[in-house]
Amino acid sequence: MVDDLYQETILDHSKRPRNHHSMQDANREAEGYNPLCGDKLKLYLKVEGDIVKDVSFVGSGCAISTASASLMTESLKGKSREEALKLLDKFHDLLTTDAAVTKDLGKLVVFCGVRDYPARVKCATLAWHTLRTALESAGVPEPVSTE
Amino acid sequence: MSTLTSSIAAGFDVEKIREDFPVLKQTVHGQPLVYLDSAATAQKPTVVVEAIRKFHEVDCANIHRGVHELSQRSTAAYEEARSKVKTFLNSASETELIFVRGTTEGINLVSSSWGRKNVKAGDEIIISAMEHHSNIVPWQMLCEEKNAKLRVIPMNDRGELILEEYEKLLNPRTRMVAVAHVSNALGTINPVRLIGEMAHAAGALMLVDGAQAAPHAKVDVQALDADFYTMSGHKVVGPTGIGILYGKAKLLNDMPPYQGGGDMILTVTFEKTTYNDLPYKFEAGTPNIAGGIGLGAALDYVNHIGIDKIAAYEHALLEYGTEALMQIPGLRLIGTAREKAAVLSFVIEGIHPHDIGTVLDRQGIAVRTGHHCAQPVMDWFHVPATTRASLAFYNTAAEIDALAAGLHRVKEIFS
Repeated sequence: MVDDLYQETILDHSKRPRNHHSMQDANREAEGYNPLCGDKLKLYLKVEGDIVKDVSFVGSGCAISTASASLMTESLKGKSREEALKLLDKFHDLLTTDAAVTKDLGKLVVFCGVRDYPARVKCATLAWHTLRTALESAGVPEPVSTE
Repeated sequence: MSTLTSSIAAGFDVEKIREDFPVLKQTVHGQPLVYLDSAATAQKPTVVVEAIRKFHEVDCANIHRGVHELSQRSTAAYEEARSKVKTFLNSASETELIFVRGTTEGINLVSSSWGRKNVKAGDEIIISAMEHHSNIVPWQMLCEEKNAKLRVIPMNDRGELILEEYEKLLNPRTRMVAVAHVSNALGTINPVRLIGEMAHAAGALMLVDGAQAAPHAKVDVQALDADFYTMSGHKVVGPTGIGILYGKAKLLNDMPPYQGGGDMILTVTFEKTTYNDLPYKFEAGTPNIAGGIGLGAALDYVNHIGIDKIAAYEHALLEYGTEALMQIPGLRLIGTAREKAAVLSFVIEGIHPHDIGTVLDRQGIAVRTGHHCAQPVMDWFHVPATTRASLAFYNTAAEIDALAAGLHRVKEIFS
């Protein structure tokens, strides 16, 4: 049933997203946009050396995209750039492959149900696509689109 | 309480009609399918599926060429379909009816062919604030190419066009007024006859996007005095990939061909080609023969039930649905025009349409969520997207009850 998708953790983070604010002293920013549903988010990162010291986001979207952004911000703090990108790949596998390894994903495994809802995969990955852009370029690039 | 009080509804045997639509007899995610997305595409009755099958199994041949029996049968069936469209839209002649892929192609044909010839720098095209992208983008492209100006008729909070503002937009530079007969995102029925009269008084033409109107109400292109009227077969229980562009003969005759190829010519030499007569001048290449025949069968089916009965029944459903949705706390209807077709577009405070759509889907209820290819409409109402339940004559009051129950479940999950 639909509860597989909307697990308690997802509902909690969609109603009370963590790190949901802008960041004055961010040194990386990126914007994500899903034209299909109008979801928009802006991601702020404070990267020192190679380490993500702080991360936050603003924006509006569906429960899946909001919870995904919120849980992503929680799981990134203290990670190196390489670790963050590796986590991104693992998260993507979780959503798109049957044989995904859930090890190291921590709380992010709550998104495993999304796999059965192909129309919603883009909702869950919007924040992560935006993260890649933020990590791979300095400054404020063009908005990322899921289309 | 799943009864419609209207006496019209009482005389409408919806259960018998549903027998004609095999697709409706299925379960989705373990629940009976409740299909409330007919504005996206309508389901197809068996007679349409059978007509297409018969063409492929019995009569299949190319048309307008070949002296053999099958080609003659195919040609006759295809042209008979055109004749059915003539009756359906009440055009003066079959020669004014061009088979196209759908409404989108109909609009593109006019903007490309008529537009390139007749629109010049400084000219103006008027559209409305509630247009589908397909009645915005072709005109935008034309205006860009010609350095012409696109003007937009605004709407009010109900989602009704403000005709006083429209009047102010009209001027001697206006060449074309292109408006939807019925809005796909809001359900608003626009007063296109009056809009056309005003356009004509200013010396402009009117094109009507009839995609959402043709399935739900009697369309009479002569009574509307539309210069162009275009519709899609798949919204009128016909197949996808076939539609109609109606145009007044004198305009179509004056327009250059849209595409070159077979069927649109009389003679070809390497020096010069003589174009065919209407409507073939605009029908290059082997057309969607099966689609045309399917559309003919669809129109027969709609006529058999009666378009006026369909309109009355759907109106009763709309009233019932409006009442049911208004009972849901936090729900806001987007589009409350006084003249409205059976579209229920809405938002629920604090719950994103995509989440609503997913939870409803798992209960077997198919609705559309998103911007409905009308992003300017969403911007106007300050919503990123809506959930849209669009009704057809095969829907029932019980299905609306299922929608309401489904929405209560949505609220339970996200409250």
